[in-house]
Amino acid sequence: MIRFEDVVKKFGDTTVLEGLSFAVERGERVTLIGPSGSGKTTILRLLMTLEHLTDGFIYVDGDPLTHELRGGKRVERRPKDVTRIRRRIGMVFQQFNLFPNMTVIDNITEAPVHVLGQSREEARQRAHALLDQVGLKHRAGAHPMELSGGQQQRVAIARALAMDPEVLLLDEVTSALDPELVNDVLEVLREVARTTDITMLIVTHEMQFARDVSNRVLMFDHGHILEEAAPDVMFTSPEHERTRQFLQAIL
Amino acid sequence: MTDFLDTLTAAAPRLWEATLVTLQLSVGGAAVAFVVAVLLGLASLSGVALVRGTSRVVVEFFRGTSLVVQLFWLFFVLPQLGVDLPSMTTGILALGLNYGAYGSEVVRGSINAVPKGQWETTVALSMSPVTTMRRVIWPQAWALMLPGLNNLLIMLIKGSALAGFIFLQDLTFVTDQLRRTTDTFVAFGIGMVIYYLIALGASGVLRWLERRAQRRLGLAPPTRRERIRQNAETARLQGTGAVGAPAGGGAAGAPTGGGAP
Repeated sequence: MIRFEDVVKKFGDTTVLEGLSFAVERGERVTLIGPSGSGKTTILRLLMTLEHLTDGFIYVDGDPLTHELRGGKRVERRPKDVTRIRRRIGMVFQQFNLFPNMTVIDNITEAPVHVLGQSREEARQRAHALLDQVGLKHRAGAHPMELSGGQQQRVAIARALAMDPEVLLLDEVTSALDPELVNDVLEVLREVARTTDITMLIVTHEMQFARDVSNRVLMFDHGHILEEAAPDVMFTSPEHERTRQFLQAIL
Repeated sequence: MTDFLDTLTAAAPRLWEATLVTLQLSVGGAAVAFVVAVLLGLASLSGVALVRGTSRVVVEFFRGTSLVVQLFWLFFVLPQLGVDLPSMTTGILALGLNYGAYGSEVVRGSINAVPKGQWETTVALSMSPVTTMRRVIWPQAWALMLPGLNNLLIMLIKGSALAGFIFLQDLTFVTDQLRRTTDTFVAFGIGMVIYYLIALGASGVLRWLERRAQRRLGLAPPTRRERIRQNAETARLQGTGAVGAPAGGGAAGAPTGGGAP
């Protein structure tokens, strides 16, 4: 579903990713862990085309996302193609980023109506079902500012799901929340993982959550995959000393 | 005191005319300035270097040359090039271009001040640039730009006093005439009060717009009327939600089973 091929990402003189290659199968849930600055979030942002790819290729279902090889040369894809492929990917952000100028329900229906061309009524019904799913049916008419962080994040999840993504990127979605609000959000995501076959790439520090939902954990360090394993193996008997230290520090 | 009242009564019709001229210049100038500000402001954020550069040059030109010279140029030079505009149009145009150039910086700054996360979310939702600007960024930038635009509007109103240079009988022009026939103190006193009242009104309108924009972002508490409308909306939404639920609740015998939500 997702394939990184020799991906290089530099911010100025700083190299964050250097020749990274890995793949994620359709329906797979992969958690990326590692110390801050190890490049996990950058990987999600590259997939969402929020950052410019310095070198290499990213494929979504075999289709090159931002750059392709044409006549042996690496060239940028046309914006139209990028948009078409990007539409299959959704993302939930650490800071929720709800649109403050819209009610909860409008936040969810906005893109389905204006991007997917759904009718208002169709989008509304779907939005209601999604709000029900995240436990916020009664807040449809509220303003984002009236909601707690946990509620805002649940709306943001509903908003991402309303676009029917094949791939969902979760970027530290509970890091900005008060501890007592974390569980509601994670419970919603567990439910999504249970009831759909959406491919997920997850950056999180919630190891129990990672254990519950992911098939595979990738440990990053300095832009490389230090090791990868099933969550049970990774969290109980990691191969590398560096991984052990990291896990000890956050658990 | 009777003297004063007599002069005032005698001058009232002319002062009223003059106030109308100043109002016309202000409202017209503000309308042109707003359009210019939005166009130049958006152009300065364009992804196309040529558009950005052109906007830059235009802004610097109209900010960097004196309003009086622009006024003279439009009034005396344009006719030589075969374009003969009425004084009022000339005045409105000059005010609009000059203050529009300043305003474009307010527009640009406000759009840039909308948090980066909002832009990123529109990318994540694959919104087009137009939808992004129209539905997400502009409504938020609007609330940010109103205080700056308010400032400029008041400056524009006072800047309209230069219209006397192109023989428009505006408030400044007429109070100056009044000074010659009456008393300096009285004439300019009246002028000041009228300008102040116009500025007060204009600024009141923009403050109202600002509060409204802030309420829409949830930054200020809603008014009572808005609260009532919001509650009605919430009730309606929940009603819609219930329609999706089992539709077999028609035990009450109401004949409206298939009614519109």
